[in-house]
Amino acid sequence: MLIRTLRNAGIAAISLLAMSAANAADVTGAGASFPAPIYAKWADAYQKATGNRINYQSIGSGGGIKQITAKTVDFGASDMPLTAQVLDKDGLMQFPTVIGGVVPVVNLAGVKPGELKLTGAVLADIYIGKIVKWNDKAIADLNPGVALPASDIGVVRRADGSGTTFIFTNYLSKVSPEWKTKVGEGTAVQWPVGLGGKGNEGVSAFVQRLPGSIGYVEYAYAKQNKLTHAIMKNASGNFVAPDDLTFKAAAAHADWTKSNFAEILTEQTGKDAWPLTGATFILMHKVQDKPAQGAEVLKFFEWSYKNGAKMAEDLDYVSLPESLVKLIGTSWANVKDASGKPVFTGK
Amino acid sequence: MSATQESSANTAAGAGKFGDWLFFNLTRLFAALTLILLAGIIVSLVVGSWESIQKFGLSFIWRQDWNPPMEEFGALIPIYGTLVTSLIALVIAVPVSFGIALFLTELSPVWLRRPLGTAIELLAAVPSIVYGMWGLMVFAPIFAEYVQPLLAGTLGRVPLLGALFAGPGLGIGLLAAGIILAIMIIPFIASVMRDVFDVTPAMLKESAYGIGSTTWEVVWNVVLPYTKVGVIGGIMLGLGRALGETMAVTFIIGNTNFLSTISLYAPGNSITSVLANEFGEATPGIYTGALIELGLILFLITLAVLVSSKLLLLRLAKHEGTKT
Repeated sequence: MLIRTLRNAGIAAISLLAMSAANAADVTGAGASFPAPIYAKWADAYQKATGNRINYQSIGSGGGIKQITAKTVDFGASDMPLTAQVLDKDGLMQFPTVIGGVVPVVNLAGVKPGELKLTGAVLADIYIGKIVKWNDKAIADLNPGVALPASDIGVVRRADGSGTTFIFTNYLSKVSPEWKTKVGEGTAVQWPVGLGGKGNEGVSAFVQRLPGSIGYVEYAYAKQNKLTHAIMKNASGNFVAPDDLTFKAAAAHADWTKSNFAEILTEQTGKDAWPLTGATFILMHKVQDKPAQGAEVLKFFEWSYKNGAKMAEDLDYVSLPESLVKLIGTSWANVKDASGKPVFTGK
Repeated sequence: MSATQESSANTAAGAGKFGDWLFFNLTRLFAALTLILLAGIIVSLVVGSWESIQKFGLSFIWRQDWNPPMEEFGALIPIYGTLVTSLIALVIAVPVSFGIALFLTELSPVWLRRPLGTAIELLAAVPSIVYGMWGLMVFAPIFAEYVQPLLAGTLGRVPLLGALFAGPGLGIGLLAAGIILAIMIIPFIASVMRDVFDVTPAMLKESAYGIGSTTWEVVWNVVLPYTKVGVIGGIMLGLGRALGETMAVTFIIGNTNFLSTISLYAPGNSITSVLANEFGEATPGIYTGALIELGLILFLITLAVLVSSKLLLLRLAKHEGTKT
């Protein structure tokens, strides 16, 4: 009896294995951790709708770039767009999937979320160590009526390499020439001052524990944990709050038609644009060794653009504007098989 | 009849010989495999870090920069952090472990030995990430609130030594990381020490007690000399773990690439914490190369520790030879 059950179970397991092996359309991707929750959700819904499986490993943007270059995965993912030069060298193409934002958060007694106003220049001076007190004239001038303490500013930043840091430092490089020459931009930089927390949760743990501190986290993280965010002056001179509308406004103003979608959405013009916005990207080889896999990746993202906007918003990501999705669809004609035929034609 | 018997005996002997041959070569293969693996790791580390080795050469070891956007890298601060935290861990863990082992083998009531020993071995089984989270969330706030002001008020006032306890106590930093490491390696060192203390022949100890030695004299003059190879082995095991520990250190060391003060209160970086933090997001090229070179340096440090402990043991053995 027991033996028979075991044997049946064995046969069932073997046939299951055979089935999954037969399903050649299983695709694998790896990379950025920032969009991992939404990719997982899309993949789950996509599997329910079509039966095809998408495996995504959240290993970090750097890892994603390495894996796609080595062709160990069908698509890579990065929070930092690659330059046209790098794309050409490795025969890659890229396109954005969702938009997110970075939000400065503070721990100041008596200051409510959205009350503190900051400009890019002031934020850069705080992170460079030039502004060290909360009642510094530069901050006080922006915030008449807000009771700013005479205490030191505790600067908190990410210790691990991250796309959040890339957006943050890219923004500071755009608004402060001094930041650009002294520190620069990247997923990790040589910070002039401050304490490093690991991940969004590490940064927010330090900010919440140290009175008078300032840090930066992903928008979704700040929103879900109700952290005290600051509002920022954008390139058009308006003070804006971080939310899906201001992120969309930043994406709408970018010119996506040039430069392989290598568009960084920080400091965009537009009266409602949130200055610390960024998209996250998918990387694929232009010439697909396994065209079926390549087609499946594109099919998955086409499906996700069409059906996944609500899921993205539930997780506090911002979906791409309609016009941009169309443009991405056109760019997919560049993904070809060895004979030069596009692997995915839309239907 | 006898011929068949003989031949069957021959085959049995032949099979035995073959078995021996097979066993010998199999074990030799396993031993060789370790060496091949070791060589493979060294080669791949060197190949992976070649870009960085070429650009910075030996100066990589004493450069303080760690600047990915400008592609300027140096390992001084991570090396310093790794060595200092491991040293703090040893300074705390060795005497404490010695005390634990001494108590368990010589002083403890017999009924307490087994449960206490098991409890200490259990500590060794706690995953390092648990130590890290506990360190960050429970230990660091308490440490900052009560222990650091106390240390600054006492040891901090001693000339020279005081500089080690200067500056604001944030709870995290080199000292906190060293203490967490000490807690992590105590069970390793203590259980090895206990086991080797236990194998000291009872006759030796009884003779020493018989001529009127105190417990301390017995342990210091009889047990310790008899077991020193094992004790040093246990300490090296602990040191090896401290040097390579990643998660717990990353949580609590502060992850900051500054070296402006020798204060142990300052946040720092260790080789392993830099790797854990940055490897995932590092772009291919010299950045990844520099990270892999850090791994290579850690490998060499561990190698140096092992070699020097072997040399130490050899020297001890030689001294014994000259004395008798």
